[in-house]
Amino acid sequence: MNSPRPALRPAPAAETANPVIEARGVSLTFPTADGPVHALKDVNLTIAQGEFVSFIGPSGCGKTTFLRAIAALESPTAGQLTVNGMSPDAARRARAYGYVFQAPGLYPWRTIAGNISLPLEIMGFDKADRQRRIARVLELVELSQFGGRYPWQLSGGMQQRASIARALAFDADILLMDEPFGALDEIVRDRLNEALRALWARTGKTIGFVTHSIPEAVYLSTRIVVMSPRPGRITDVIESPLPRDRPLEIRDSKEFAEISHRVREGLRAGHAGHGDE
Amino acid sequence: MRVTGMSEPAVPTALVAASVTRRGWGWGKAGQSVLPVLTVLAAIVAAWYLAAVWMNASWVRDQAARAGETVTAAQVVRATMVQERPVLPAPHQVAAGLWDGVAGQKITSKRSLVWHGWITLSATLAGFALGSSAGILLAVGIVHSRVMDLSIMPWAVASQTVPILAIAPMVIVVLASVGVTGLLPKALIAAWLSFFPVLVGMVKGLRAPDPMQFDLMRSWNAGGGQVLRYLRLPSSLPWLFASLKVAIAAALVGTIVGELPAGATQGLGARLLSGSYYGQTIQIWSALFAAAILAAALVWLIGAIERVTLRRMGLAR
Repeated sequence: MNSPRPALRPAPAAETANPVIEARGVSLTFPTADGPVHALKDVNLTIAQGEFVSFIGPSGCGKTTFLRAIAALESPTAGQLTVNGMSPDAARRARAYGYVFQAPGLYPWRTIAGNISLPLEIMGFDKADRQRRIARVLELVELSQFGGRYPWQLSGGMQQRASIARALAFDADILLMDEPFGALDEIVRDRLNEALRALWARTGKTIGFVTHSIPEAVYLSTRIVVMSPRPGRITDVIESPLPRDRPLEIRDSKEFAEISHRVREGLRAGHAGHGDE
Repeated sequence: MRVTGMSEPAVPTALVAASVTRRGWGWGKAGQSVLPVLTVLAAIVAAWYLAAVWMNASWVRDQAARAGETVTAAQVVRATMVQERPVLPAPHQVAAGLWDGVAGQKITSKRSLVWHGWITLSATLAGFALGSSAGILLAVGIVHSRVMDLSIMPWAVASQTVPILAIAPMVIVVLASVGVTGLLPKALIAAWLSFFPVLVGMVKGLRAPDPMQFDLMRSWNAGGGQVLRYLRLPSSLPWLFASLKVAIAAALVGTIVGELPAGATQGLGARLLSGSYYGQTIQIWSALFAAAILAAALVWLIGAIERVTLRRMGLAR
């Protein structure tokens, strides 16, 4: 850690080694016909490199809005948000992140390999490089046999894996995932959660993951951010004590149950707080 | 071998069954759709014959009265079927006229429907190409520029509210006065009618991808040209084909209207006009049917290209 590094940023504090995403008092208000909607209010959060952070909360709590703000798909109305030390928009233009939506959004007129190739073509990678990258990410998501298939020939889970491969293909250090497995059944979701953990361990990406499934958040994350609605805000941040190596069975353990309980309490508190208003 | 032999036939029969029902041709299950079509067709032909007898009978009776003869009803009916200039020619007369115009003449003859049809078709295709290109280009501009959206659309709509029958002779006459005759003036009128459906369809089609697709493009920092090429244009193809079908029929109408002003001697429109000058009703109806068949063939052709393209792109299944 003491090796000399380019003096682009001030030396990071000990507990926030290499902050990748920093939010300071971030608020985001949508004007609507019924008056302004406070999608985010005074959100403070620092995500360090290599973290797996889940955002959980009921709909309307701003978890997706926060992820979109990081991706520069929404603009905060107040506060400061930086990604890799830059403004989110500069980071977007520097292709700092890959984004995975709830729907795979693959083009039916392109094969799986062709779909993964799309961002690479847009970014101007040459053909040999594209093919190398496609082969590598297909292998990462265990779809090596399916590069030549069309999306409709694949199951929903495989399509979503292909869309993750597409987000990984251009080597962004940050992976932003907005309920990527929300439309899949429980069994497929379990398998993909396991695969995502393995992928994260292997690549060392920083992952921001929106979900409304408590087991999914607890199983995947190094940190769980609990949010509540009206106005969207953070009510609890839970550091996961689970070991780095997590078989699916860990979900039957006592620690897992304890964290799940704390998340549930956090969600309930957010709701009760709203009721008291 | 035995195992595969038992399981294999299931797939091919299912495929064959699927392709047969999808096609909707032939008998069997698809016969359900052929029978109503034939019934309607038979009803139309029958009504046409009745109308021909009814409308042509007075001429037969007048002729008989002038000659001082009496005619039976059967004779009247027979006579209404074979007149040289009937008010309404019977279906078989039109069919014969059509056959004579298509197959009975040298195709370079001025009496050949193939020759006139080609004159009309070439202007139609030129106008269609011109009009649909203009429609696509304007739609691309409108989708990318709010100024163009606000400034062009009202004029495009206004252009279509002007009656083409009023505009067409002016275009022909004005262009003829500067020495431009033949295909180009007619093609311009065809283009005038065909650009609009393509413009409207393509504006809709280029805006068709859902917001998530645009967000993805934004996350990859794609430029407007890249979004157009990779996302908007391919997604717009179903809308493009639907509007092209309307546009090519409109282009044919425009060309025929362009052939109507006095002096035109070539094309199906001129054939219609000269037929009406000389009371050659069979010629009018033959030209009319030739135009209808041409339109149907053109629309079918685009439909065929549409089916193949969309299936290959995975946009229709």
